Amino acid sequence: MTSLFRFYTFAAPSRFYALATRSVPWLYALAMMSALIALYVGLLLAPTDVTQGDAYRIIYIHVPAAWMSMVLYLALAGWSVVGWATNAKLAYALSRAIAPTGAAFTVLALWTGALWGKPTWGTWWVWDARLTSELILLFLYLGYLAMVEGADDRQRGERAGALLALVGVVNIPIIYFSVRWWNTLHQGATISMTAAPKMANTMLQGMLLMTVAFWAYAFAVIFARTSRLILEREADSSWVRAFVQSREER
Amino acid sequence: MSFARFQAIVARDLLSFRRNPARSLFPLAFFLIACSLFPLGVGAETNTLRQIAPGVIWVSALLSVVSSLNTIYLNDYIDGSLEQMCIGQRFPIDVVFAKTVVHWLLNGCALLLGAPLIGLMFGMRLHSIEIMSLALLLGTPVLSMFGSLGAALTLGYRSSHVLQLLVILPLCIPVLIFGAGAVSAVDAGLSAQAYLSLLGALFLFSLVTTPIASAAALRSSS
Repeated sequence: MTSLFRFYTFAAPSRFYALATRSVPWLYALAMMSALIALYVGLLLAPTDVTQGDAYRIIYIHVPAAWMSMVLYLALAGWSVVGWATNAKLAYALSRAIAPTGAAFTVLALWTGALWGKPTWGTWWVWDARLTSELILLFLYLGYLAMVEGADDRQRGERAGALLALVGVVNIPIIYFSVRWWNTLHQGATISMTAAPKMANTMLQGMLLMTVAFWAYAFAVIFARTSRLILEREADSSWVRAFVQSREER
Repeated sequence: MSFARFQAIVARDLLSFRRNPARSLFPLAFFLIACSLFPLGVGAETNTLRQIAPGVIWVSALLSVVSSLNTIYLNDYIDGSLEQMCIGQRFPIDVVFAKTVVHWLLNGCALLLGAPLIGLMFGMRLHSIEIMSLALLLGTPVLSMFGSLGAALTLGYRSSHVLQLLVILPLCIPVLIFGAGAVSAVDAGLSAQAYLSLLGALFLFSLVTTPIASAAALRSSS
């Protein structure tokens, strides 16, 4: 029961603001630390790949970024559902704050994928099912961002964006499988990324550490952005006024 | 939700189009022009054209449908009649259905007339043209339904037109793949059955899901 109680406690914007601003520096520190360790493990400790040489080392960025891009879209849609169902201000603010970070990770995954593809496959881009669906994921992010940020009325934009994210997340499986099938028809299996060779333990450790770093970074940025959004929309409330006053006195 | 309201809106919208018949030719004209640009761009080699014909026709159909989305709700939204139609309803699904049906009649149906002509001009075989028309018959309603959702979501936005494209096109990708895939399968000597079944499934799926979403979007726009 207590955990449920805590959840609702932090649904109050003022309390969430306090929690977020206090945790952001720690999250940044955690992100920095684990990223440095992950880079050390990945670039110096992990063995060179037999077939790909040192070019494979971009997976320490590429794979965690791709994971984050997908998880964050789910989180965005999840908070949209919560927002739509409960009309909680914080839920809309959170999904709005998640979107730019998710889009950034998607771009990062595509970019590092291209950088990886050039030495190993010989091209920057192939119309592989995974690459194509990642590209479509970026389009979905862009649609959400345009919907939310392009609105003159904030509430209208957030509600429309939430609905769009919901429709998008329902359609993601359909899009993914249609792209996979299209790919088998048109491409032929030129490159198979699904048959990944077994990974050395240190490689996996480096990748997981980097994932921790990306999670911490994502939480930090999203919390920071959410707390700005909260201040903006609660500008007339008494706690924001008191907060601003206390800052001015300092 | 009432059938009388559905009927009344369909009749009213069709009447307003009959008063100005030229407007109902716009989508077809756009479709024909868009398709005709491709031979000019990629060259008039018959084999190439036959190969790209299904894709060209589907992409042009998609663009034609998406570029006419502002005819669905916008005018009624601006003059306030949309709000009157939706009054007292939590989910104005009948309004959504009526508007979507009219949009499909004036856009999707028009494409069905134009597509065989383009198919002939691109050197497609008769059987491929039949399959393509069947695929269009199943696929264009899906485009109209997603389009209706995009139009409802973007009501009240400035530069809603670009936004609709941005929002709707990614969602229409499966229709494009299965629609063009049906024709490619026939051309390769395979059966188009699987693709047509998937298009049918997509049609039923969006028939169940998108009107509710569009209705919710209409509610939150007013």
